[in-house]
Amino acid sequence: MQKRRKLGRGVAVVGAGMSKFGMYKDKDSKYLFAEAFNEMLSSVDKGVDPNDIDALYLGNFTNDFFINQGHWGPIISDLIGLTPKPSTRTEGACAASALAFREGVFAIASGFYDMVLVGGVEEMSKRSTEEVAEGLAMAAIPYEKRVGFTFPGVFGATATAYFAKYGATREHLMNVTIKSHNNARFNPKAQFNASIRDIMDQRIKRCKERGEPVPAWRDEKEFLRDIAANPVVAWPMHLYDCCPISDGASCMLLVAEEMAKNFTDNPLYVVGIGQGSGKGMHAKDELTYFEATRYAAKEAYELSGLKPEDIQIAEVHDCFSIAELIHIEDLGFFKPGEGYKAVEEGLTRLDGPKPINTSGGLKCKGHPVGATGTGQLLEIWKQLRGEAGERQVPIKDLRIGAAHNLGGTGGTCTFTILEKR
Amino acid sequence: MVHKKRKLGRDVAVVGAGISKFGVHPREVRTTDLFVEAFTELKASVDKGIQAEDIDAFYLGNLSSDIFEKQIHIAPATANSVGLIPKPAVRFEDACAASGVAFREAIIAIASGIYDIVLVGGTEKMTNLPTPEVTETLAINSDPIIEFPAGFTFPGLYATIATAHMAKYGTTVEDFMRVGIKNHNNGGLNPKAHFNSSIKDIMKRRAASAVEKGLPEPHWADEMEFLHDPGQNAVVAWPMRLFDCSTICDGASCVLLVAQDIAKNFTDAPVSVIGTGQASGYPLSERDDMTSIKASKEAAQEAYEMAGVGPADIKIAEVHDCFTIAEILAMEDLGFFKPGEAVKAIRDGATALDGALPINTDGGLKAKGHPIGASGVGMIVEIFKQLRGEAGPRQVKGKDLSIALTHNVGAHGTTVVVHVFERR
Amino acid sequence: MISMAENEFSSSVHNRFLAEKKLMGAKCKRCGAISLPLRPICPKCNASEMEVVEMNGRGKLVAYTVISVGPPMMIEEGFDREHPYCSGIVELEEGVRIPGRIVGVNVAKPDQIKIGTPVTVEYQERVHGEEKRTFLAFRAV
Repeated sequence: MQKRRKLGRGVAVVGAGMSKFGMYKDKDSKYLFAEAFNEMLSSVDKGVDPNDIDALYLGNFTNDFFINQGHWGPIISDLIGLTPKPSTRTEGACAASALAFREGVFAIASGFYDMVLVGGVEEMSKRSTEEVAEGLAMAAIPYEKRVGFTFPGVFGATATAYFAKYGATREHLMNVTIKSHNNARFNPKAQFNASIRDIMDQRIKRCKERGEPVPAWRDEKEFLRDIAANPVVAWPMHLYDCCPISDGASCMLLVAEEMAKNFTDNPLYVVGIGQGSGKGMHAKDELTYFEATRYAAKEAYELSGLKPEDIQIAEVHDCFSIAELIHIEDLGFFKPGEGYKAVEEGLTRLDGPKPINTSGGLKCKGHPVGATGTGQLLEIWKQLRGEAGERQVPIKDLRIGAAHNLGGTGGTCTFTILEKR
Repeated sequence: MVHKKRKLGRDVAVVGAGISKFGVHPREVRTTDLFVEAFTELKASVDKGIQAEDIDAFYLGNLSSDIFEKQIHIAPATANSVGLIPKPAVRFEDACAASGVAFREAIIAIASGIYDIVLVGGTEKMTNLPTPEVTETLAINSDPIIEFPAGFTFPGLYATIATAHMAKYGTTVEDFMRVGIKNHNNGGLNPKAHFNSSIKDIMKRRAASAVEKGLPEPHWADEMEFLHDPGQNAVVAWPMRLFDCSTICDGASCVLLVAQDIAKNFTDAPVSVIGTGQASGYPLSERDDMTSIKASKEAAQEAYEMAGVGPADIKIAEVHDCFTIAEILAMEDLGFFKPGEAVKAIRDGATALDGALPINTDGGLKAKGHPIGASGVGMIVEIFKQLRGEAGPRQVKGKDLSIALTHNVGAHGTTVVVHVFERR
Repeated sequence: MISMAENEFSSSVHNRFLAEKKLMGAKCKRCGAISLPLRPICPKCNASEMEVVEMNGRGKLVAYTVISVGPPMMIEEGFDREHPYCSGIVELEEGVRIPGRIVGVNVAKPDQIKIGTPVTVEYQERVHGEEKRTFLAFRAV
């Protein structure tokens, strides 16, 4: 049974920044976070004195495993001059920094702090692909690992269940990929800052330069059907259904609502925030939805008094293409089983009535696990403030956006709603 | 640091507590199993009862399940083990202050109005890996650029603090040993402790075991002689010996935190949280004074101010004795004794069970054990029991135990979290 | 703002200088404080105007320990109970402190190692896994 909730004090976002996500040989977590922090500082319209930050909440999945280093809270606070302010790490697999955001909101709502820095960081590229896969698999549940499931595997199984129940096919997954890449083309911070068309053109050009046979793809779908270009990872998950391995950092500055105008005339208010948890695949009633998402969404909608139709733009956790289809249903944007049709009709495109993942999503923007949560919220920040450049959605009176962040295979979910007034 | 006086929007109280046996558990026992053991005890401890469905959220502290158990994202799995899905479940980490910080965040969350009832826990399963790998897993919580490459381990970092303290104040190896003896005396009265034995008991058993093996019977005149015997108490990182170091073990702990205004629905004897403080710190080489953990002072100051009390008001305390030197530092940093004077208090027995300020009545991390993630909340479990008169043979008697303190440190002081409790 | 020019003050740069057998600190142009290792923001005055300065490598031991139970990295080098190693904190003549391996002291008698012992920097090259790395050490003079 879910209780009705309310927060003691309002909270607003007054700054946000992120590093470009990508795979970096010579940049480490500290450097990437410093980049994100710098960008956040310049994003605060009326300026801010970092000495006024009361605390840091930092999301990180497992730099412990990826780069053999733990206790990141104090390391980052030392880097950006916050010591001895309290610095705490949150973890919920891929929802790590959304959890940092959530705890930061509570911390201000409780009256305890007035200004909190929240964010996340992850450095995955220093390990081999197999080792990273091992690291990611740790976020699934033990039973799944023991029978050989990998991350892509769990979502592959979810996809086969979805196909069987609703009649969708791989082609519908491809629509998600194509749409997200079209958006990422306009996102300079994205790891894959290119549309599928751009990628095809680059390949064709390279083949011509090398005197190799030129592929005959007539459109994006043919490219994605080509096993040489888009090999299987865990059927039906192919390479282009999966988000990449990335390094990156992101952060946001939260303040008490009554102080927000001291920092900007365009703060974004946190009007809804929800979190839920979920079980492993075998224990779920149904594989075609995530219990944690529905619980989190319900909490956020109730807190805000809003409904799914009020959300004008959203970033959802497309760790795999199938996930995007399920999330837009679980969040109530489309009925169960209708998500794939909505995408097919173009309703979730940049210029559609319900733009989803205008940043390019995790697929194209990248998924440095700990940094994703606040990275998604940053896209909403930019869109609501009209600062998304070429990928700005053309919706008139854009005021309400949301970010959905899923941890692991659905063990954790957060849903956060921001409002521009 | 400019210190803001902090206040919470809503008061909170602890109404239940439970802890598993700390020790070396078989490989197939997971942190979730240990947590079920702790939660079972917690349920029994809530005087008027609690159902899992009433709990709003689960906050968990854990250091490195990813490395120890090859499993991460354990908050939902742990929540599942006690029937809390789909409630929010989140894991916190600040090295060894993981569950102390989880507790603080639960206080803040309830004060924010978002929850009324939060289960806070801590777990760790360290014994699946061999000692050198555990040593490394712990060591990566030090500074990666300058401390780890210099060969420092955690015993090494605290040992360095110890040599500095010895040089500055004349603290001796025997002073460290006295802390261990006192904690083992308490641990001997704690059936949940990893070492549920005083040093004297250990000496008897070792002597008996030598005789059984046909070896000459060892004779140690007293605990000090035993602790000076390199065959029994080898150096780990000089001057820290085996018996100066908290143990690698497995365990789980949990407490039930509720908004103060609904506490009476659960018990007529809640333990209120009246102060919380947290601070971060610098690596060892960047500290002005290596014989003190500044973050302890800062966290304590925040907690004392919030509670409206001072060190002299604290009647009983659980402090972070990951190494015996750490207990000495805590006694000074928390303001119980002046810098350099803690050892005199220890020599006088002031911190023993029957002393003026009992410290680590459950045996401390040394005898009770230090399953890292479980330690912070483990301290709160002890305070809950002591303040309600439920600590059995190790109950502190003849004193008004109204105000208590817990002190939980991450790494060598790069995070510290302090809580002050009151039994009203 | 953190100065990010040319990635000058990151951890990998610290290690690169060690490989060149240089001990480099970051000096704040505003308040003169020196930090080690390199960092982009001054911990004393929060300014982001750092410049790289070379340390002369001389200092004194201010704290130490002798470690008998080490992590796998040290075990690989041959250290164990019978052959412990010394790690310590050195205060350089420039007033800044840094941890390092301490060599040239009698690890068999740790209680006789003196705080205040003058030391001088030494660079130890070792191969770990597939990488050659340079580690910071100080030798008692």
